[in-house]
Amino acid sequence: MKKWSKAAPVLVIAALLLLWEAVVQLAQIPLYVLPAPSDMFRTFCSEFQTLSGHALVTVMEALVGMAISFAAGIMIGILMDAMPVFHRCIYPILVVTQTVPVIVLAPIFIIYMGFGYAPKILTVVLMCFFPIVVSFSDGLGEMDAGYLNLVRTYGGSRAQLYRIVKIPSAMISLLSGLKVAATYSISGAVVGEWIASQSGLGYYLIRAKNGYMLDKVFACVLMIILLSLLMNALVKLLGYAVLPSLRRRRSIQS
Amino acid sequence: MRLQVEKLNFSYGTNRILKDLSFQIKDGEFVSILGPSGCGKSTLLNVLAGILKPDGGKLLIDGRAVQEPCGTFAYMPQEDLLFPWRTILDNVCLYGEIHHCKEAMRAEALQKLEQFGLAGCEDKYPDELSGGMRQRAAFLRTTLCEAGIYLLDEPFGALDVITRGDMQDWLQSLCSDLKKTILLVTHDTDEAIYLSDRILILGEPGEGIRKEIQIQEKDRTREWLYAQGELRAEIHRIIKEKETR
Repeated sequence: MKKWSKAAPVLVIAALLLLWEAVVQLAQIPLYVLPAPSDMFRTFCSEFQTLSGHALVTVMEALVGMAISFAAGIMIGILMDAMPVFHRCIYPILVVTQTVPVIVLAPIFIIYMGFGYAPKILTVVLMCFFPIVVSFSDGLGEMDAGYLNLVRTYGGSRAQLYRIVKIPSAMISLLSGLKVAATYSISGAVVGEWIASQSGLGYYLIRAKNGYMLDKVFACVLMIILLSLLMNALVKLLGYAVLPSLRRRRSIQS
Repeated sequence: MRLQVEKLNFSYGTNRILKDLSFQIKDGEFVSILGPSGCGKSTLLNVLAGILKPDGGKLLIDGRAVQEPCGTFAYMPQEDLLFPWRTILDNVCLYGEIHHCKEAMRAEALQKLEQFGLAGCEDKYPDELSGGMRQRAAFLRTTLCEAGIYLLDEPFGALDVITRGDMQDWLQSLCSDLKKTILLVTHDTDEAIYLSDRILILGEPGEGIRKEIQIQEKDRTREWLYAQGELRAEIHRIIKEKETR
C-alpha cells in the first residue's frame, strides 16, 4: 500500500504523457500546433547543448536575484518583527508589488536599466523577495512568548533574543519561503529575458515561438521545469545541511 | 540570599491583582505560595522575575534594592521550555551562553547530569526524553544560573500524578544540597506541605497574604505527608472560606 502511494504521482504523470502522445499520434496533430512528448524529448536531447548555454545565463540571473532577495528579506524581516510601525508601513507596499503583473513591470525595468542583466535580476527579486520576507517575518513572530520571557529573565539582550530564540525558530518557516522563491526564480528570469535580451532561456523561447518551432518551445519549457525543480531541491538540501533538526525529523519519520 | 518584597503593586488595566504585598524569605528557606485560582500567584512570580513591570513597590536582596530583576533570579516556568532544536547540554547551558561563560558551564553541567538523572542525555534532543526527564533538564538549567534565589512557577504542574510525585521526592532530596532560597508557586497543597519550610496563602486578588503556615517537620517522607490530613484540611478551609465569603 505504502509503495503504491509513493509511486502514484509518477504513474499519474506517465499516464498523462501517454494520453498526450496517443492523442497527437491518433489525431495526427501537426508539429507546429502541438508536438507529442516524444518530439519534445527528442528535441530536448538534440538541442541540449544550445539549451544548456542559455540555461547557464538564466540560472546565473536567478541565483543573483535569489541572493539579493535573501539578504534583503532577512534584513527587512527582522526590521518588520522588531518595529511594528515599520511592519504596518511596509507590508501593504509588499502586497501591492505582488498585485502588479511582472510582465507589465519588466518592460519598465528595461526602460530604466537598459538591456543588460540588471532588469532580469530585478524581475527575479520582485518575484522572490515577497515569499522570503513574509515567511521569515511570520516565523520570527510565531515563537511562544514563554521562550522569549525565559531568555529575558536570564538577562538576555535583544540581540540575544534574536540569535538564540527568534532566528532559529523562524528557520523552518524561512525554508518554506525559500523553496517557493527558488521555484519562482527561474520563471522570473525567463520573464525578464522574454521582454528583451540576447541570451537566456527567455530569449531562446521567444525565437522558437516566432519560428513556430513548438517542439523547441516545449523542450525549453521542459528545461525551465527541470531547473525550477533543481533550484527547489537545492534549497531543500541546503536546509538539511544547515538545520540538524530537519535531518532528525526526517530520520524520525522514516 | 534573603528576599524582601515591600508593598508590591500590580494591576491588569483596572483590575488590581497585587496590592501592597509584603513578605520576606530567609536565606536558604523554601517558601510555597498557595491560593485560589486567579489570586495572582503566577503574576507575583512574573513580576519578581522581571517579565511584568510592577506599578510600585520594592524588591530587596540581602537588604539591597534590586533595580533590574532580569538576570537576578533563577526562574523556572511551568512548561520545560527546552528549545527543540538544541541538545540537552546546549539547553541547560543557556544562562552561560547569555553571560558568555558557556564552556565553563558545559563542564559543570556534564558533572551534574547524573545527579539530575540525565546521564548520557547530553547529546539527545528534548523530544527524545520523557516528561519527567525534560522537567529535570529544565531544573538543571535553573540551578546552573548564578542566582541565589529560585522562582519556581508550578514546575511539575504539567506532569502526570505519578511522575509529579517522583519529581517531588527528587526535588526534596536535592534541596538540602542546593542550599538556595526557593519561592515555589503551586496549586498542589500536598506539594507545598511536602517541600516547604513555610507556606504563604494568598487571598482574593488585591487581598494579600491571608495566612502563613510554618512546617516544622525536618524528616519528611511520603508516609508523613499522608498523615497530614488535618493540615491539608486547614489549608483548604482557609482558601475556600474566604472564596465563598
